[in-house]
Amino acid sequence: MNNLLTLNPNKNKIHTIKNFTMNFGPQHPAAHGVLRLILALDGEIVKKAEPHIGLLHRGTEKLIEYKTFFQALPYFDRLDYVSMMVQEHAYSLAVENLLSLKISKRASFIRVIFSEITRILNHLLAITTHALDVGALTPFLWGFEEREKLMEFYERVSGARMHASYIRPGGVAQDLPIGLLKDMYFFCIRFYERLFEIESLLTNNRIWKQRLIDVGKVSAIDALNWGFSGPMLRGSGINWDLRKDQSYEVYNLFDFNVIVGKNGDCYDRYLIRIEEMRESLQIILQAINLIPDFDYIKENDRKFVAPSRLQMKNSMESIIHHFKFFSENYNVPKGETYVFLEAPKGEFGVFLKSDGSNKPYRCRIKAPGFVHLQALDFMSQGHMVADVVTIIGTQDIVFGEVDR
Amino acid sequence: MIELNMKNQIKLIEYLVYLNQNLIKYIKKIEILKSKKSINLILKDAKFLEPTIFFLKKHSKNQFELLSDIFSIDLLSNTNFYRFQVFYALLSLRFNIRINIIINLHEYQKINSIFYIYKNASWFEREIWDMFGIFFSNHNDLRRILSDYGFEGFPLRKDFPLSGYFEVRYDDKRKRIVYEVIETSQEFRLFEFKSPWETSLNIY
Repeated sequence: MNNLLTLNPNKNKIHTIKNFTMNFGPQHPAAHGVLRLILALDGEIVKKAEPHIGLLHRGTEKLIEYKTFFQALPYFDRLDYVSMMVQEHAYSLAVENLLSLKISKRASFIRVIFSEITRILNHLLAITTHALDVGALTPFLWGFEEREKLMEFYERVSGARMHASYIRPGGVAQDLPIGLLKDMYFFCIRFYERLFEIESLLTNNRIWKQRLIDVGKVSAIDALNWGFSGPMLRGSGINWDLRKDQSYEVYNLFDFNVIVGKNGDCYDRYLIRIEEMRESLQIILQAINLIPDFDYIKENDRKFVAPSRLQMKNSMESIIHHFKFFSENYNVPKGETYVFLEAPKGEFGVFLKSDGSNKPYRCRIKAPGFVHLQALDFMSQGHMVADVVTIIGTQDIVFGEVDR
Repeated sequence: MIELNMKNQIKLIEYLVYLNQNLIKYIKKIEILKSKKSINLILKDAKFLEPTIFFLKKHSKNQFELLSDIFSIDLLSNTNFYRFQVFYALLSLRFNIRINIIINLHEYQKINSIFYIYKNASWFEREIWDMFGIFFSNHNDLRRILSDYGFEGFPLRKDFPLSGYFEVRYDDKRKRIVYEVIETSQEFRLFEFKSPWETSLNIY
């Protein structure tokens, strides 16, 4: 027996094999911002993908605790910097909840119109940068030209192309300029054809299909377990849209479809985003038809909403209200509220706790990107390095909201 | 905000009563939030968390399949017996209802991690550990997630200053970044414009 063992001297040695670890570094064109991804590879196949986040952490939640309720509003624009007004909308709803403030119908319609414009903005960027990472260069340029037209709407209504601070607690900042709705109508009609152009490059393209079908497949049970929301959840076949199921603002007045996928892979999510853009166009067109004309857009309660400059220059009380509003701001009664919205990326949540003073005691921001990025390891098991890029793109990660 | 109509509100209250009957040993207080859309459930003790969440997730009458959020509040400035509150926000797609589970913790108390029930709890708990210092036992991988690699301290606690203790800058002489004790050119200004008169907050 001993002779047999000595014939093969290496038989009892224990070989340890470590996987090849690669840093998909913070500076990478396909890393969608600052994502440090440590990939443990076996050849080209990913064994473990571990995201390190926090490289864009700006301490938003702590800073908000030191600012008054009105001063904290611009922080929300800068969280998910590709879909700006949706976050402001969430914060405004939370503050109005605490104050028990009801807003006028016209303000509600304007908020819905701009939320849907923001949805189109976001999906254009998501799809076209995803295509750019995968290798298609043209949709990126075409999509961004359409984004420029949408940002022109932002600028006409608020003055800023991106970070608008337009949706405020109490309504919106200023009324729509004359002719804006007419221009939006023409944009919607023409954009419908533009979408077909972008789709013609990607949807029936063999290379696109080969790169995307069966990559990052998530079953419905897994999607729920990992806490997905938005297009990620609907891609796996679950019919859940906060605009329909837990309706807020005037969404219950509109007639639109919820797009649900079948397979749960990246291709389904891409198709969902394209169709959601079409549904957003429907909502905008219906809203343009239904918007009430002669209605105020800011609450008349001057304790909670700043007076307009014309009023301020003409009336004494308005000057006092203006001064008190911008210096002390309103005292919000004690309470806490958690508001969830259907942001373009998923379910965006804002929790506000007030202790009776003019500053929030605690503001918690729940970003859908944070939850989706957690599942990156799970989704990229067994796929190759190039598929990791596809999966990051389909999860629609923007680091402003993940890191806050 | 859409006001919940009477039928939905009655159903919500019935569900509240049902929960109260079933979790009677664990609950300290159960209430409906001001926005009338979700239920707040305050547990008596942190050790009741796991059975409550397991009941809420797996039982067919509850089916809270989605964990929306876990976060914490530091109640340092209040004169409370406990310092931290940890919120678990759950969502049931089947019954279209949200529930918040609230646990009150002392400063050095530990909670059990629920990552084996809901997989996305792991990063939320890592963030709470990083920002508040609340320890989660049985967690698979509890380390810092948002702050810098060698960071010390728990930033979101109320006794941690807004500008922190250390600053990072690039030193031209040593040709690398250095960590130094923070040096501010003026002291931290906090504008408290509170009016000396009492404002009546209960007018709505």
